[in-house]
Amino acid sequence: MSAASTEQSPADGLVTAAVHVTGVDKIFTGKKKATVTALEKIELTVAPGEFVSLIGPSGCGKSTLLRLIADLDTPSTGTVTVFGKTARQARIDQEYGIAFQQAGLLPWRTVSANIELPLELHGVAGPKRKARSAELLALVGLTDFAESYPDQLSGGMQQRVAIARALAESPRLLLMDEPFGALDEMTRERMQTELVRITAETGAAVVFVTHSIPEAVYLSNRVVVMSPRPGRIRDILTVSLGSAAERSDHLREDEAFFTNVSRVRELLHGEAPVGIRGVENR
Amino acid sequence: MRGQAGTLRTVLAPVLLGLGALLIWQLVIVAFEIKPFIVPGPLAIGSEFGENIGTVLQGALVTGGNALVGLVIGGVLGILFAIVAALARVVDELSAAVIAALAVVPIVALAPVLYTMFGAGAETARQLVAAIAVFIPVFINTLRGLRQVRPVHRDLMHVYAASAWQTTRTVTVPGALPFIFTGLRIASSLAVISALIAEYFGGPIGGLGKSITSAASGSNYPLAWAYVLGAIIVGLVFYCVTLAIESFATRHYKPST
Amino acid sequence: MRKVLLGIGGLVLLVVVWELYKALGPATGVVVGDLTVLPRTTDLAMPHVWDMASRFFGETGSGRNAQPVWLAVFEASVFTLGVSAVGWLVGVTVGLLLAVLMQRFRTAESAVLPWIILSQTVPLIAIAPLVRRWGSQIEFGDFTWENWMSVAVIASYLAFFPVSIGALRGLNSPDTIHVELFRSYGVGWWRTLFRLRLPASVPYLLPALRLAAANAVIGTVVAEVSIGLRGGIGRMIIEYAQQASGDPAKTWAPIFGAIAVGLVAAGFVALLGVLLHRFRRGEVPA
Repeated sequence: MSAASTEQSPADGLVTAAVHVTGVDKIFTGKKKATVTALEKIELTVAPGEFVSLIGPSGCGKSTLLRLIADLDTPSTGTVTVFGKTARQARIDQEYGIAFQQAGLLPWRTVSANIELPLELHGVAGPKRKARSAELLALVGLTDFAESYPDQLSGGMQQRVAIARALAESPRLLLMDEPFGALDEMTRERMQTELVRITAETGAAVVFVTHSIPEAVYLSNRVVVMSPRPGRIRDILTVSLGSAAERSDHLREDEAFFTNVSRVRELLHGEAPVGIRGVENR
Repeated sequence: MRGQAGTLRTVLAPVLLGLGALLIWQLVIVAFEIKPFIVPGPLAIGSEFGENIGTVLQGALVTGGNALVGLVIGGVLGILFAIVAALARVVDELSAAVIAALAVVPIVALAPVLYTMFGAGAETARQLVAAIAVFIPVFINTLRGLRQVRPVHRDLMHVYAASAWQTTRTVTVPGALPFIFTGLRIASSLAVISALIAEYFGGPIGGLGKSITSAASGSNYPLAWAYVLGAIIVGLVFYCVTLAIESFATRHYKPST
Repeated sequence: MRKVLLGIGGLVLLVVVWELYKALGPATGVVVGDLTVLPRTTDLAMPHVWDMASRFFGETGSGRNAQPVWLAVFEASVFTLGVSAVGWLVGVTVGLLLAVLMQRFRTAESAVLPWIILSQTVPLIAIAPLVRRWGSQIEFGDFTWENWMSVAVIASYLAFFPVSIGALRGLNSPDTIHVELFRSYGVGWWRTLFRLRLPASVPYLLPALRLAAANAVIGTVVAEVSIGLRGGIGRMIIEYAQQASGDPAKTWAPIFGAIAVGLVAAGFVALLGVLLHRFRRGEVPA
């Protein structure tokens, strides 16, 4: 980690961090004993209510890291804690909501039944479930589609349902793995604005995997830049764009936005960020 | 590619082919003066069918009834057993050899022993023959479907810390529904055929199989063929009904993200 | 290894259940009202498993032609296996040809496919004597139609169905991008068939071939019963069943023989699958 421009994560001694990853390695052994070091010496702390993006080229381990936090996989070494508990306990206690790259809606359930799925599994009574799913549908703007089936919705709409589902139990932590990856640019920007608004309202912490630099900058308080082979955190950048509540569509045209995008880009390309580059005069 | 021309083709082409074949058949019979004991012409069969529609219907009800009982018993047992085998690997591995053997045993071979075991006076043996014939494809297809959980759904259930039973109920079994129906569809006409074949080996009077043999031994070949036609129609009805139920139940199962 | 042991365990379990029920169940079977819901347990209806096994080593009868039962069953099984193999080959060929035809011409698919599905609702046991009658009319040169050929025809009738369906699905399975790639290379339909569609169809073809093998055996036995073909296991099943009142254990011997034939046929196709493993790389195990 270069010392010049990155900043340490906020002091986490006083408040229990949403996510605390320390000393984590993840090594996969394939056939014929070939090993792949997906993650090496990962140190990351996410404060409550903070929006953190993981960005990097293919093979840098960002999705793997997300899966470790979600307890969909276990680290080879090191520890992952979520709100002070082990990842496994956090999963059992349902401390987080997750949105995958594929919406993963159950095709035989209506939209509202899909949103109610986690509530149903965890024993929430019928009327409460219906009220909650109506609330969430309004939040993502799909009230008219409550009784539709997933095969009747576009990709973007399915993703909105998936996000509504992830919010169903009002989690304090949201894990998202490139949820907007399959969408076109216009829908993507719209969804980003929605997401920022929703997370500001709910106050949830978010760990967001992406490979779009503008997306990472637009959404996050901090951007974690990772590099591949082996997967490592190269740098963590604090985005200087004000709080989430202040972020609107206009932000994308802002000079400060472009500055931050350039800084992330340079970090990705392995150079110390030096602000906006002027004329190429190397 | 589809559209009006496509649907027209899908319906018209097989009908035309069938009518054409019937026409050629009748012409060949007449032109070569083929005797009925070799093969009767479609017109002769048709007239016998019309004249004896009452007995054909009676026989169809018996054979069809046995097939239905077999379909229900074999289908339910097949689905339940597949669920158990999917949940408990041990059950699956224990039953593997038995299932493989059952899948290749010609049901005809079991008919005589089943009659001795259950008595030749009742329809039970025939229903069991049909049930065994149904059980195998339903079990195999259901098991395959239960194992087809999409990774994203599997991860979702893991994230929700859902119990094995919850996962089975909300994701695995509904996700397997298309496969279950494929198995039932395959089994439907098998049930009819098996029930019919079982009639050749004894059991009470009644059923299309018995009618076919008695007509054939009386050298009334057009009538025997008329009963065969009845059997084909019963099999077709079973197939089409299961196909219709399948289409309705899986109408929302297009592959989604 | 575990699988093999458990598989055998399952068979042992079946035997245990058989004997346990036989020991505990009522002689007339469990009767609910008029209906016999569970089988009778007399030695006639349910012979002891060890009686079935030992009967294999006894003699078929007491006459001049008596042989050990196992030998008789073995010879009949081999005969049936041979006839099934011919039926399977014919059925696979016909099925593949039909599938190729249907893949090439959408109209052919629309016209023929419903009839192929309908063909399986025809009760072959009624058709088998007919086939023999037709066959006996065929004579040209030195070739005369033998009875076993009628049986093979019936077997192929059952075998061609899964192959035509499975092969059609397989031939239609290549991704559009692959088909368009071949088109961009200016490759004609025939070469695309051999270079793209046939290799792509292997994962669909193999389960169909296995089903066809099982069907061919079943069809052979059914037709043997119907025609009464000498030397086949089907006829043996009927003969022994007719002697059941005197010799119940012997009835089961040819049944086991028929099962063995089916398993050998399925095993052969599994071997074929191993040879073609190169074309199955994308397969997700069921």
